[in-house]
Amino acid sequence: MIVALAAKDVIAKLTEKFPGALEEAGRDAILVKADSLLEVMTYLKNTPEFDFDFFNFVTAVDYYHYFEVVYHISSVRHNHSIFVKTRCYDRENPSVPSVVSLWQGADFQEREIFDLFGIRFEGHPNLKRIFLWEGFQGYPLRKDFNR
Amino acid sequence: MPFKTEPFVLNFGPLHPSTHGVFRMRTTLDGEVVLDIEPVFGYLHRGIEKLAEERTYTGFIPLTDRLDYINSMSNNLAYCLTVEKLMGIKVPERAEYIRVIIAELQRLANHCIAVGSMLNDAGAYYTPFMHAFREREKILDLFEMVSGQRLTYNYMRIGGVSQDIPPEFLPAVKKLVGIFSHFVDEYDVFLKQNEILLARAKGVGILPVDLIINCGISGPVARASGLKRDLRRDDPYSVYDRFEFDIPTCENGDCYDRYRIRIAEMRESLRIIAQAIKEVPSGPVIADVPHLIRPPAGEAYAHIEAPKGELGCYIVSDNSIAPYRLHVRPTSLINLSALRQMVRGWKVADLILIFGSIDITMGEVDR
Amino acid sequence: MEIESHGYIYSGDEIDRHEGEVIEATKAKSREAIPDPDAWLEEEVKRNIFLTTLDTAINWSRRSSLWTVICFPACCAFELIAAEGPRFDISRFGMEILRASPRQADLMITAGTLTWKMAPVVRRVYDQMPDPKWVIAMGACGISGGIFRSSYNVVPGYNKIIPVDVYVPGCPPRPEALIHGIRMLQHKIARSKAVPDLSELPNPFKKGDRQ
Repeated sequence: MIVALAAKDVIAKLTEKFPGALEEAGRDAILVKADSLLEVMTYLKNTPEFDFDFFNFVTAVDYYHYFEVVYHISSVRHNHSIFVKTRCYDRENPSVPSVVSLWQGADFQEREIFDLFGIRFEGHPNLKRIFLWEGFQGYPLRKDFNR
Repeated sequence: MPFKTEPFVLNFGPLHPSTHGVFRMRTTLDGEVVLDIEPVFGYLHRGIEKLAEERTYTGFIPLTDRLDYINSMSNNLAYCLTVEKLMGIKVPERAEYIRVIIAELQRLANHCIAVGSMLNDAGAYYTPFMHAFREREKILDLFEMVSGQRLTYNYMRIGGVSQDIPPEFLPAVKKLVGIFSHFVDEYDVFLKQNEILLARAKGVGILPVDLIINCGISGPVARASGLKRDLRRDDPYSVYDRFEFDIPTCENGDCYDRYRIRIAEMRESLRIIAQAIKEVPSGPVIADVPHLIRPPAGEAYAHIEAPKGELGCYIVSDNSIAPYRLHVRPTSLINLSALRQMVRGWKVADLILIFGSIDITMGEVDR
Repeated sequence: MEIESHGYIYSGDEIDRHEGEVIEATKAKSREAIPDPDAWLEEEVKRNIFLTTLDTAINWSRRSSLWTVICFPACCAFELIAAEGPRFDISRFGMEILRASPRQADLMITAGTLTWKMAPVVRRVYDQMPDPKWVIAMGACGISGGIFRSSYNVVPGYNKIIPVDVYVPGCPPRPEALIHGIRMLQHKIARSKAVPDLSELPNPFKKGDRQ
C-alpha cells in the first residue's frame, strides 16, 4: 500500500531543522514557505528516512488572493507519499523556486504552469511557453482570464 | 584528413506519419546521428482543464474520454474514482467487477495498438498492425455491446457505471479470452525471434532505472527497465486485491524489452479477466447518488494503473456544481521527460523506433 | 545519471517568435467561414453542358483512386485508421494509400480537433496539395469545433481555414459513416466538369495571369 504520510508526523520531524517554515494544510499535505521550499525539498529527497525520490506531479491552483503550487512526491523504497504545497501572494509577478535541479520530471510541468498561470520558476533552465505560442496574451487558467 | 562536419537542425513537423499524433521535434543532427532534440507540444492543446470549470461533474465525463482517446474507459475510471473519493461514495460490488473487466479489456486493446504501431515504426509496414487491429475490433465489439460506442464510451459514472451489461456480454467475454490467448501466442511466435526486430530493437534506447525514478516515469516503460511498481499491487483500487496476477518486469530497458513486456501484460490481463468473469455478483450497478453532484469543499487525488502508466486526477472543489480546479496527471507528458537522454547518440531511424516504443498519445500530453 | 539542466544546443527562440506571429495573423483573418466550393451545383443547374465522354472518364479515374494526405491530430484518427483496417476496408474504393506527402495527394480527411497553433500548418499543407483537391471534414470537431468549441485554443470548424467539400458528423463517426461521406464525395466528383475550357485557362504570355 502506498501510505500517504500524515502531515503531523512529517512536520514534527522537520520543525527543528526548519523552524517557522512549515505548517499543516489538510491531513496529508504540508505547507512550506516559498523561501525555504528548495531546502525542505532537498532534505526530503536526500534523507534516508524519507527518501522521496519519485516525482509524481506538480500543479497550481488559483485562489483569488494567492496562487498555490502543489507537489506530490513519493518514495519507491518506503512506499509512502506526501503533498507539499507552497503559496505565493503576488499576482503581478508571482515567482517560486524551481525544483528541476532535484527532479528532472519537473521540467515540462513547471513550463506548463508558467504557460497557463504565469508563475515564474527561478532556476529553471528553459522557462518558456510550452502549449501556447509566443505572443499569446494572458494566462488562460487564471480565474480572471476572459477570451 | 578528418571529415569536418557541422550540426544542423531538422524539424520533424507536427504532421508526420511516425510521430503518433501532432508532435513536433527539432532535432540537432550530425549527419545521421542525433545530438539533441527539442520537443514542441501544444498542437492539440484544447484547454480541457479550463473547460472543466464550466461543466458539472457528470457533464465532464465525455471530456475525459477525449484525453487519452485510445483508453477512454481508463480515463473515465480515474476521474470517477477521484470524485468518489472526494465524496466518500461506496461503489456497489457488481459495478466494481464490471469496471475491472472493462479496464482490463481496455488494456488489451491499448497494447494491441502499442505493439502494432511500434512494429510499424520498425519498418514492418502495416502487417502486424493490421493483425493487431483485427483483434482489437473484437474488443471494440464488446464495448459497443456495453455502451453503444466504439471509441469514446462515456460509460462510467460517479458511483458506478451508467447501465447494466446485457446478458450476452459475459459469454462473449469468455469466448474472447479463449481466442485472444491464441492470438497473443501466435503474434509472439512470429515476432519474438525475428532477426530484424532483434537487430533493430535490442540494446536501442536504454532507459536506466534511476532516471525513471527521478522523472516519475511509470507504466510498462518503467517496468521494462526493472522498476517493479504497479498501482494495482502497490495501491489497490476497486477490487484488484481479490485477483491473482503477476507483475512482469524485464532487465535491460531497451525497445525490445518494452515490446516483450507489453506481450506479457496482455497475458496477465487475460488471467485477471478469466478470474473476474466467474465471480460477478448481482445487484445494482450504480450507488445512490443525486443527479446533480455537489461534493463537499476539499481536495482529492486518486490514481489508477492505466495501460500507459500512472494516470491520476487532482480535483479541488468548493461545494459548487462544477470543479474549482481539475488537473490530470499527464502520463504521456511525464513519460516523455527522459526522451532527450534516451535518443542521444542514436540514428534518425532509431529515434523513431524509440519514440514509438514509449507509446504516447498526444491527447494526454497536450490535454 | 546527471540531470539535464542545460539548454538545448540549438535554441529555437527565434523560430518560436516567428511562429507566434504567424498564428496571431492567421487568427486575425479567420473570423468568417470560407464558403463551400459549390461550383458543381451551378453546372448542374445550367445543364447545357453535357458531360463529355472524356469528362466521365477523367472523373471516374479521379474518384476511384483518391489518395489521402495524413492530417490526423486527434481521436477521429483512430476511426480513419480502423476504416483502413481489415474490417472496413477502404482499399476496395482505391484509397489504401495514406501517405504523408501532400504533393501526391488529392484528398485531405481532417480527423481531429483543430487548434489555433496547428492552423497555419494545416493551411500550408493544404496549399501544397496540387489541384484538383477535395477536403472532407470529419467529426464534430471538424465541422464546428465540437465539444471543445468554447475553448481558447480551438478553431470553430475547419472551414475557417480551408474550404470543405463534405462534412461527416459524429464524435467520432463510425467507419461506415466515413465511407458514406467518401461515397458522397465520389458522387460529387462524378458530376463535376473535368476538362477545362481552353479560353478559361490562364495564358502564361499575358501579363497579369502569371502567378
